Amino acid sequence: MNGMKAVFRNELSTGFVNMTAYVFGTFLLFFVGLYTFIYDVQYSLANFEYVLTGMCFVFIIIVPVLTMRVLAEERHQKTDQLLYSLPLSMTQIVLGKYLAMLVMFVIPMIIVCIYPPILSLFGTVNFATVYGAIVGFIFLGAALLAIGLFISSVTESQAVAAAICFVVMLLNYFIENLTQMITASAAGSFAGITAIVVLAALIIWYMTKSRSAALITGAVAEGFMVGYYIFNSSAFDGLFTNIMDQLSLFEHFSVFSKGIFDIAGIIYFVSVIGVFIFLSVQSMEKRRWS
Amino acid sequence: MIEVNNLTKMYGSHTAVSDLTFSIEEGQIYGMLGPNGAGKSTTMNIMTGCLAATSGEVRIDGYDIFEDAQQAKKLIGYLPEMPPLYMYRTPREYLDFVGRAKGIAKTELRGQIEHVMAVTGTEEVADRLIKNLSKGYRQRVGIAQALLGDPKVIILDEPTVGLDPKQIIEIRELIRSLGEKHTVILSSHILSEVQAICRTVMIISRGKLVACDTTDNLEKLFAGSAVMNMTVLAEAKETLKILSEVGGLEKLKADDEGQGRCRVSFESDGSDAVYSAVFFAFAAAGKAIVSMAGAKASLEDVFIELTGGDDAAEDVAEAGGEKPESGAEASGEGTETVDDGKEADEQ
Repeated sequence: MNGMKAVFRNELSTGFVNMTAYVFGTFLLFFVGLYTFIYDVQYSLANFEYVLTGMCFVFIIIVPVLTMRVLAEERHQKTDQLLYSLPLSMTQIVLGKYLAMLVMFVIPMIIVCIYPPILSLFGTVNFATVYGAIVGFIFLGAALLAIGLFISSVTESQAVAAAICFVVMLLNYFIENLTQMITASAAGSFAGITAIVVLAALIIWYMTKSRSAALITGAVAEGFMVGYYIFNSSAFDGLFTNIMDQLSLFEHFSVFSKGIFDIAGIIYFVSVIGVFIFLSVQSMEKRRWS
Repeated sequence: MIEVNNLTKMYGSHTAVSDLTFSIEEGQIYGMLGPNGAGKSTTMNIMTGCLAATSGEVRIDGYDIFEDAQQAKKLIGYLPEMPPLYMYRTPREYLDFVGRAKGIAKTELRGQIEHVMAVTGTEEVADRLIKNLSKGYRQRVGIAQALLGDPKVIILDEPTVGLDPKQIIEIRELIRSLGEKHTVILSSHILSEVQAICRTVMIISRGKLVACDTTDNLEKLFAGSAVMNMTVLAEAKETLKILSEVGGLEKLKADDEGQGRCRVSFESDGSDAVYSAVFFAFAAAGKAIVSMAGAKASLEDVFIELTGGDDAAEDVAEAGGEKPESGAEASGEGTETVDDGKEADEQ
């Protein structure tokens, strides 16, 4: 616990020393301010939720900014050797780093929490839905940060980590629009899911360096799919679009903007955080074995 | 203190460390010597838990470095080949982080940081960014980090690489003083360095341990026959006659130098008995000995012999400075400085 706190403190002060925390916070607050001005002042809407939905695309830019350095730079500067030789578990180290990033994100969000009371001076604000949306926004950000953390753990270069993270965020954001271009027919879904299976197999190959593990996983998943497709092809109608929508974190947040506090959404975000922290720990541990 | 049993590390099909077994006693300075790429860093990384072995085990004071990693790591301070420093922190901030991460109690932390900074001589740079420090100071901060938490064992991977001659001497002094309180293991590809600091040497070649003994013993063990050079006031013929009565001499050679002098050389087992027999043989014949000097096989010869005399080993010998004429002279501080200058130039 103390070890985790040490990593957390170190990471947090590094964030403030090398300005990433300020860049991140400034960007976030700038866009919240801009959208508050457009929606709430120009269009005279009292719904702060729309502001958050409108500007959540900034995550595409700011998540890579905050996460690219966190593990990739340790490896690049060879300071990871210190982390490996300290009497700490990798989980403590990764959690400490993740929590530090989370704090850098939550600090500007606390400032954002002042906006609704200010807006309420000029109109009616439904505080319950607004703060519900802010909580949802924080969870969305936390989940995206966990994904960024994992991406930073697989590469040695900040730039590569940032680029991959940017693409992943972009896909995540636009996936709904993209999948709509793919036909919702059963055959289209089948093709789409096949593409995912191939992609997953490639990732397994890259991570484990074991061609047979990738081939077996890919073949089993694809075999299962073909069997099911022959058995009941109508089940594939619109399936791919559905899956993609479910996978998109931004899509889950849009529920919050409609004034619904979606517990399932929160659970989804928390699971994503858990999975990616686990993967980051595994990816760091794996380097010991290479 | 440390037990290393049948350690093997493979990178794909390349064997970096092969079936390494040795043990480290408490309170000594050990030198791990080997050419570049012999597996020194890999071994140290495994011993400190930074790297997983393909097979074999490492025990630190009975704790397995993988199964009881946290306890085992508390007993070790490690300075990797590249000091793992955060460039945008000051040494004080950096040591504060490492101290906390090592679980040092808050009440003790300040005192310990002051202490390790005093030992390593980094007080005057304590509040400057590490980015702006010289290589020598960075190395010191790296050593200070290893000292935090007062670990029993300190492992230093190539601690003097890239330093200038003055810094090298200072770091060596520091390591020697650390050896008084801690068990120190250091790796080096420079022979004179190991000879100057360490009492016990482990020679590693191609991932295998080829020798592990004190520097003196290694020299004795591999010396085989000792060469003796003499100058006597006698004709070569007479000299050979006198020496033929002494047993145990081989490769006897005598050359006239003129003016009634002659130079003699022979090989023997190097024991004092042989030398006194030679001395008294000349005394009995009424001939004076002008000089008598033994040339002991140096650690360098041992090293080259053990590592198979391949190119890499010759590099090491060269980096170790000029071949010393005798073992006794080589360990003098004066020669050391010259050697270091040469090393620094080569790098």
